[in-house]
Amino acid sequence: MRLRINPITETPAVKFTLLGIGLLYIALFLVLPVVAVFNEALRKGFGAYFVAISDPIALSAIKLTFITAAIAVPANLIFGVAASWAVAKFDFRGKSFLITLIDLPFSVSPVVSGLVYVLLFGAQGLVGPWLQAHDIQIVFAVPGIVLATIFVTFPFVARELIPLMQEQGTEEEEAARSLGADGWQTFFRVTLPNIKWGLLYGVLLCNARAMGEFGAVSVVSGKIRGLTNTMPLHVEILYNEYNMVAAFAVASLLASLALVTLVAKGLLEWRYGHELGVART
Amino acid sequence: MKFKSLIASLLVASASLAPTAFAKDITLLNVSYDPTRELYKEVNAAFAKEWKTKTGDNVTINQSHAGSGAQSRAVIDGLKADVVTLALAYDIDVIAEKAKLFPENWQTRLPESSTPYTSTIVFIVRKGNPWKIKDWDDLAKQGISVITPNPKTSGGARWNYLAAYGYSLHKNGNDEKKAQEFVGKIFKNVPVLDTGARGSTVTFAQRGLGDVAISWENEAYLTLQEFGADKFEIIYPPESILAEPPVTLVDKNADSRGTRAVAEAYLQFLYTPEAQGIIAKNHYRPRLASAALASTPQIKLFNISEFGGWKKAQAVHFNDGGIFDKIYQAK
Repeated sequence: MRLRINPITETPAVKFTLLGIGLLYIALFLVLPVVAVFNEALRKGFGAYFVAISDPIALSAIKLTFITAAIAVPANLIFGVAASWAVAKFDFRGKSFLITLIDLPFSVSPVVSGLVYVLLFGAQGLVGPWLQAHDIQIVFAVPGIVLATIFVTFPFVARELIPLMQEQGTEEEEAARSLGADGWQTFFRVTLPNIKWGLLYGVLLCNARAMGEFGAVSVVSGKIRGLTNTMPLHVEILYNEYNMVAAFAVASLLASLALVTLVAKGLLEWRYGHELGVART
Repeated sequence: MKFKSLIASLLVASASLAPTAFAKDITLLNVSYDPTRELYKEVNAAFAKEWKTKTGDNVTINQSHAGSGAQSRAVIDGLKADVVTLALAYDIDVIAEKAKLFPENWQTRLPESSTPYTSTIVFIVRKGNPWKIKDWDDLAKQGISVITPNPKTSGGARWNYLAAYGYSLHKNGNDEKKAQEFVGKIFKNVPVLDTGARGSTVTFAQRGLGDVAISWENEAYLTLQEFGADKFEIIYPPESILAEPPVTLVDKNADSRGTRAVAEAYLQFLYTPEAQGIIAKNHYRPRLASAALASTPQIKLFNISEFGGWKKAQAVHFNDGGIFDKIYQAK
């Protein structure tokens, strides 16, 4: 016999009060700011909005943001899968140290993450003089921005996958191996299908941060208009130039990207919540 | 049909581009301090036009703006500036000293100590001047909230600080101790230190913090222009500092990029009547007397030599353990 429990056992008054508080909170801290961004962006109408986001300098900032994410996200996808595979399926010395290292970017301030690259690759840095002699520019150019972004988004995929893969254990892989599959076959036919939703979830979060990162990128960018400004940096520049409509127009694009991410994330949770549940505990 | 017309328009386009295909496309990077965004936008357009008629080449000048000290640091760390146009001489000295990108006597290479324009430090208050702020003494009064950026990163902030300090020296017969106390009192009234002058203006004008902002003269006029003269007022103290923001070629970067000729021409262009006119229009004080706006108030100005020049002023006041650290920690 199945046990039937009605989860809504509270009185309507309690139910609606709780709901009301929750909704009010969401409206105040999440919806209102987003509405304000769009409202400010469209204050002078759609014409001004499109002029602002089709400005060549804004377009180059948008392009740079996408290029950065297009390099940083796949890089961390490959690393994240490799690292969590190693951590979850094998035992080796220094495993907990590796897990701690993966978490490092979460605990370090983004500004420090950026400064590390200046200290390494800057003209006065460790390898700076060598780079200069060979005419290679890393900081204050696109490579530095990509490196800093990879650093701050490093843990997202791995952190999502490690608990998921640990939970799943190694039985299925062992079965595959005993049936004669080689390493790659085991990975692509057994492991990957098991982790795909968790992986996608991690990639989404990684991408959102890669596009939105401000602190670390700001340190290594050099802030050259039209060349080394990503969207978040460009928003700050426009704001500081009293160009509110343009600043909020670009900000609204960033917010839209975030909203798309949120919707995708929501869909994933709704559809594959049971698989993701493991990852989020 | 559509495809054909596409080909045709491409042919037309390439034909019209052909004559200019021989013109060189040059880019320069001007690393500047915070409030000069509007100034160099105009200057760059004017120079590009002049260079085009003179040589036929297209020059694009890329801009980077932030606090003067922070920009100096970035150039030392490898930001590839062809020219630097910073808020004060020390920030350029330190590039020559630490990164050796140009000779230490850089300031002798262009007229007027390589300073194509000057400025001064004034106050911005809210309309009607509700706190009756007239002079530096009013900033040290209890309960007044003063907005100024961080002297560690901002050039304008260092001029602000020295203007207040110099005022007190003059008033109290060069008593250093009283001057330190006085500036200390002003900084006790500062609720936030932004990293650059523009950040400070935004804090005061946009976010509405503070009763008075100590500001570059040009930045004060820009605030009135952007937010409306019905919201803010500029107050000229009877005495202030002559701020001298210099410029220089960054020889090593320009030589490695092959841009020396155009970069030098760009800096010399700043001294031409055309550029001096743009400078005056943006409320900086041009060197060329004929370009100056008649409406610019004349107040008593003292200069950095009273502090023994920038190297000494920097070492005594702003380096780690200097007077600024002492009075700001005493907060």
